[in-house]
Amino acid sequence: MPVSAANSAILFDALKDCGVRLMSALPETWLVHLIRMADDDPDVTLVRLAKEEEGVGISMGAHLAGVKSAMLMQNHGFLASVNGIVSGAQLFRVPLLMLISDRGSFGERDPWQTEGGAVTEPVLAALRIPVMRLDDPARVPQRIREAQTLADSSNRPVALLLTRDLMWEDA
Amino acid sequence: MTRIDALRAVYDRLEPCAVVTIMGAVAAELQSIGHRQNFFYLQHAMGLASSVGLGIALSRPSVPVVVLDGDGSVLMNLGGLTTLARYRPRNLLHVVFDNESLLSVGGFPTATSTGTNLAAIAAAAGIPRTAAVNDLEAFVTEFDDAQRARELTTIVAKVDAIGPAAFVTDLELLENRFQFQRHLQTR
Repeated sequence: MPVSAANSAILFDALKDCGVRLMSALPETWLVHLIRMADDDPDVTLVRLAKEEEGVGISMGAHLAGVKSAMLMQNHGFLASVNGIVSGAQLFRVPLLMLISDRGSFGERDPWQTEGGAVTEPVLAALRIPVMRLDDPARVPQRIREAQTLADSSNRPVALLLTRDLMWEDA
Repeated sequence: MTRIDALRAVYDRLEPCAVVTIMGAVAAELQSIGHRQNFFYLQHAMGLASSVGLGIALSRPSVPVVVLDGDGSVLMNLGGLTTLARYRPRNLLHVVFDNESLLSVGGFPTATSTGTNLAAIAAAAGIPRTAAVNDLEAFVTEFDDAQRARELTTIVAKVDAIGPAAFVTDLELLENRFQFQRHLQTR
């Protein structure tokens, strides 16, 4: 599979190094290795969702209970989570670390991903969610650390876009 | 059975628990009986109270968690029942007050008024213990049995479609949220 196992491992290790101990996820092609790593790691609780918005609630509960979490999802999962993000995490000032695979951008071959790709960043901007793109594996640990620092200090959601350059090996 | 009578009947039993409620009547009625620091009122984010409860239950397995949900909210997150069932935390009790209506916004009937059976849906989703109750005595019995069983339980309690006169209380949302977090992390 051309999804980068090496860069997935860099992402996973960076999340663990930040103290993330609970990850919620819905399967998506670019996330397969990350989800498998979370499933295999006894120190991480993986919560497999029916719909991504549940993950907002689960991360809220984990935060209130003192556990650091991350949400792994496709950009359509982010779009499906918007009400929970606004009326849950933002209304109640709960930090969310959202890792969003940036499908539908340049190089996308699947027609069904293209509309979501076009609106992801504008919707993030409309929600006033700080976002950074992850494209260089060498900078992944630092950017994940900084994203979590901002989420915690602002008590708000932050987003990291997992780009094709990072996740797809034959791009 | 009225919801506030059901809440009064189990109020003392909530003391050692982390309690998450939905918005509207449930939150206002529980506060009217007496707010405690271990109560978190999810005022909005409809459907996600059970997901918040799951996040707490998985993060703190030694803390009993009670979610006070409603039919309208559960119907917005039916998939969440399958997630609860998948991880089935033993410390989570999920109570659904089913008044067959969206009372807070004018009493429009929900699908449970036309035959949708939430206890059967919960059971079919894989929730290991479920119960449907229509009167106060049965509600309290099922509540106590669930706490003793230490197994994920969904209790669907049919209640009258009546609620408080007002839904806004003098407890600020963020005051409640930070108080609850501090309480949970120091116990």
